[in-house]
Amino acid sequence: MSVTGKYFLHSQKGAITQQYPDNRETLKMFERFRGEVVMPHDENNEHRCTGCQKCELACPNGTIEIIWDRQVDPETGKKKKLIEKHIYHLGMCTMCGLCIEACPTDAIKWAQNYENSVYDRTTLTRVLNKPGSKLMPGVEE
Amino acid sequence: METSTVNNNFKSEEYFINMGPQHPATHGVLRLLLTIDGETIKKVEPDLGYIHRSIEKMCERDSYQQIVHLTDRMDYLSSNINNEAVCLAVENALQIEVPDRVKVIRTIIGELTRIASHNLWWGVMGMDVGALTTYFYAFRDREMINDIFEETCGARLTMNYNIPGGLMFDIHPNFVKRVKEFIAHFKTKLPEYDTLLTNNVIFQKRMRGVGMLSKEDAISYGASGPVGRGSGYSCDVRKLHPYSALDKVTFNEALRTEGDSFARYEVRIQEMWESMSIVEQLIDNIPEGDYKVETNAVIKLPKGEFYQKVETARGELGVYIISTGTKNPYRLKFRSPGFSNLSLLNHIAVGGKIGDLVASMATLDLVIPDIDR
Repeated sequence: MSVTGKYFLHSQKGAITQQYPDNRETLKMFERFRGEVVMPHDENNEHRCTGCQKCELACPNGTIEIIWDRQVDPETGKKKKLIEKHIYHLGMCTMCGLCIEACPTDAIKWAQNYENSVYDRTTLTRVLNKPGSKLMPGVEE
Repeated sequence: METSTVNNNFKSEEYFINMGPQHPATHGVLRLLLTIDGETIKKVEPDLGYIHRSIEKMCERDSYQQIVHLTDRMDYLSSNINNEAVCLAVENALQIEVPDRVKVIRTIIGELTRIASHNLWWGVMGMDVGALTTYFYAFRDREMINDIFEETCGARLTMNYNIPGGLMFDIHPNFVKRVKEFIAHFKTKLPEYDTLLTNNVIFQKRMRGVGMLSKEDAISYGASGPVGRGSGYSCDVRKLHPYSALDKVTFNEALRTEGDSFARYEVRIQEMWESMSIVEQLIDNIPEGDYKVETNAVIKLPKGEFYQKVETARGELGVYIISTGTKNPYRLKFRSPGFSNLSLLNHIAVGGKIGDLVASMATLDLVIPDIDR
């Protein structure tokens, strides 16, 4: 009783329970928090993914699927492997982080969003590279 | 006179009752088939398999790096220690010596995991015997450990922070500061736990002399962890076969000889103090150095059999790998502490009441995904 009474009388010092993080605009999550895998693009709509498929191999449960193609590089005239679609199934992801550790070009990283529930499971399958995006020049495997 | 005739005419007979699989007091999908006479328990038969995910079979498919994250999902309350077990087994097989920094960080994180796990157990323990308040106090303190894990490992429950050869990334710059804050905070809060629950007369009456387990039975049922130590069976793997940096620290093995529910309760409370002392001894002098040694991208273990055991919050977790020299294990067996501890539930509950069953089951600290795997 003395313990609960103490906390009851001093409840203005801080509640024991924690609030749901409704303050989405101001809340700063820890930078390492694993919310979902994203592929950052720069202002020219360029990403760093070379399509080496190391993330796909590292993934324990087939969450990542890469559809790639060989296209002729206009500068060198050689055929080069380029990604068409980097598909990420969030519904299958266990957030183990092995894909991000495996990526040699830092093309994918963690996003810190924490509200991943949806009404339709098809929306959990995401294409990480934006439409019309290109490989950032200078990124080699 | 009249009442006695009524009693003589009243014939009781045994009947079955299902406790679970969806029952608030079983902490998961555990189904108990109870044979009871009135309210006295005649037999307890656990029925398993409701959360079986064939983790051992999945391990045969995965590479050694990928196996680690599956162990998070066995005993999710001591996930870091489970990760450590697999990593140590693989490292021993490859004969890799990890840097001292890795060993110390692994030990600190393991002990923090133990505190968090016992903390949650304490809250739930109180709730099982009807003291709802404990849950909130336990979660307040556990929240601080979860924040430490979230900042350093990136997740609050299924960390997957250990990899064969070291750690996934170095500790966060705030780690040491936060751990010290937590230890200072928790040292003032743990005595409150005693005031709230341990010294409570009703609670003591519910626990003392209930769920008796002798030392001989504890050994023959394969009990480990706080369940074994509550019966005076010295079985702490950290003491007997120290791993990581546990040989560098001094701590007492929490032992009680009473063998009842209250002894198991006291062991866990003392273990929280001991874990805090281990963390305190290590936190100030984390050695400098690398946080991992580079391993091959494809890890192939030499042909043979490898065994590693660690002390999780629930007891002895054994990882037994049979390798044929390929990149996947031929067979991987987990000796989980929860399974053996569950096996003695029938032994300690028979003759007691249903209310006592719930209380003594809470002191076994079962995590069902650990039992089913």
